[in-house]
Amino acid sequence: MKALRDVLDKVHPWFAKGGPLEVAYPMYEALDTFLYTPGEVAEGSTHLRDGIDLKRMMITVVMALVPITLFGMWNVGYQANTAIAAMEDAGQRYTLDWHYTIHQAIGFTNDASNPADNFVLGLIHFLPIYIVCMFVGGHVELVFSVLRGHEINEGFLVTGLLFPLTLPPTIPLWQVAVGIAFGVIVAKEVFGGTGRNFLNVALTSRAFLYFAYAGQISGDKVWTAVDGYSGATALGKMAGAGPAPEGATESAWVYSMVDVADAGNAEAISASLNSTLMNSFLGVIPGSIGETSTLLCMLGAGILIATGIGSWRIMAGVVGGVIGTTLLLNAVGSETNPMFEVPFWWHLAIGGLSFGLVYMATDPVSASMTDKGKWYYGILIGFMTVLIRVVNPAFPEGIMLAVLFGNVFAPLIDYFVVQANVRRRVARYATT
Amino acid sequence: MSRKASDVLVDPLVNNNPIALQILGICSALAVTSKMETSLVMSLAVIAVTACSNLAVSAIRNFIPSSIRIIVQMVVIASLVIVVDQILKAYLFDISKQLSVFVGLIITNCIVMGRAEGFAMKNGAGLSFFDGIGNGLGYGLVLMFVAFFRELFGNGTLFGIEIFQLDRNGGWYNPNNLMLLPPSAFFLIGLMIWLIRVWKPEQIEEA
Repeated sequence: MKALRDVLDKVHPWFAKGGPLEVAYPMYEALDTFLYTPGEVAEGSTHLRDGIDLKRMMITVVMALVPITLFGMWNVGYQANTAIAAMEDAGQRYTLDWHYTIHQAIGFTNDASNPADNFVLGLIHFLPIYIVCMFVGGHVELVFSVLRGHEINEGFLVTGLLFPLTLPPTIPLWQVAVGIAFGVIVAKEVFGGTGRNFLNVALTSRAFLYFAYAGQISGDKVWTAVDGYSGATALGKMAGAGPAPEGATESAWVYSMVDVADAGNAEAISASLNSTLMNSFLGVIPGSIGETSTLLCMLGAGILIATGIGSWRIMAGVVGGVIGTTLLLNAVGSETNPMFEVPFWWHLAIGGLSFGLVYMATDPVSASMTDKGKWYYGILIGFMTVLIRVVNPAFPEGIMLAVLFGNVFAPLIDYFVVQANVRRRVARYATT
Repeated sequence: MSRKASDVLVDPLVNNNPIALQILGICSALAVTSKMETSLVMSLAVIAVTACSNLAVSAIRNFIPSSIRIIVQMVVIASLVIVVDQILKAYLFDISKQLSVFVGLIITNCIVMGRAEGFAMKNGAGLSFFDGIGNGLGYGLVLMFVAFFRELFGNGTLFGIEIFQLDRNGGWYNPNNLMLLPPSAFFLIGLMIWLIRVWKPEQIEEA
């Protein structure tokens, strides 16, 4: 380790002001501070409460994402292997792409009951997406940082991990590249770089892909990494629920979630419904790579709250907003739209809501800054998510657009909170 | 007031572009730019209206009572727009249908009104006419820039001629549907303003 430190110190003069490689200083600085704690110390009288900086903050978020990433990879493989087995049983035709060539070359046989098999298959799908994302996004950031003389920091590690986790495993790699480049340039660099983006970068990238290439990021064919397999996400099924079948005893959305032949068999329906709910909560369902498991999102939320990185106010606000809006819609009811009757625990368990509320909504740069504002911001996101899910037939999932919507309103919310405080204090002291 | 005709003609193209610097006329720049063809016709319509309204307003500027000048300008512009609309309906019916209300909405285009009020009321008829053409061209330039990217990346075509073969027709190009939605023009205009200001830093406003 000493040798590495010596090498870095030795080349330092080349990159320092006036050195031959002066323009490349951000690259040197990024590598140095990534490997070692910066040597500079504060001088004079300082009031230090905690040595946390941007680097430690970002790395903590990455840590909080690790469980969900690992589980996501396993789940991608598990879903694919299960689908292959199902299609073989049914005698359907399917094609396996190059991912499977590698997979089988290593010696795996697409056995869904073998966790290692599932995990490696998921890894083969996830890694290329992640590498492309880091490569393209990292280079965009590098170019801007060098041109502007900014520091390069771990901020992109978070964005570069969040973005692949919100994508389906079948996403074409060139779309990953285009999406992340768009997000980093338009959402972040245009506004001045790290810490100045008013929109969440990962979600901007995803929204771009969602509107530009909807065919590869929504619908029924993209969530399982087997060509020719068609399977909707739980939320997609629920949004597409038809009218209740003959002799139904439950409301119509329930039948989209269960696999029961007899519509009147309340016991079987209840058991099947509970197992679907449990699977959704654990995350053993098709979906984007990292967003399926509500349980692990809660674990991540625990890490973020315990370390003080993620705001519990925002998370609680979103959950409160979802519960409140759902109860309201339950009470309103609808003749034609079965989604109105879905209870709030289903909303929290399925789709990307838990992922979005833990990792996206709490992005400290694009969220509200004031404590009171965080509540309003969270509630607004929860409200919009349910509204989009239930009322808008075009979009099954609403958290992405809801968080971006919240991002746009966050500065306004802060403004009103601050103004209200100013007014309150003026009234208290009656200075005018 | 001794500006040359060539100045007022060229100045609005980049140095004082009505969309990129004055941020006027954004509405129609979003609405009609999904195809090169409609953008071209729209640009020509705006050039004609701006030039003629500047000419007419400038010619009668000494007879317009100041208190009702906006209404008078409005009447002139509205008449010209109706003329343009009728001509399009007579000779380019298909495009006129695609442009739908946006030809009529040239009346509310801030560029036309802005030049009549800001330039034609103070300058001679000939100079005003060239100023109208210049600003119309500046507007048209932005429209064509935006439409070029929107049609090429959204549809794989330029003026309806296939450049990239789409994957749904057996080709390789997967069209970017965002480009077909009006908000994409915001991104393109924004990027264009960025480019122009890199080229001409004097346009950057004080923060």
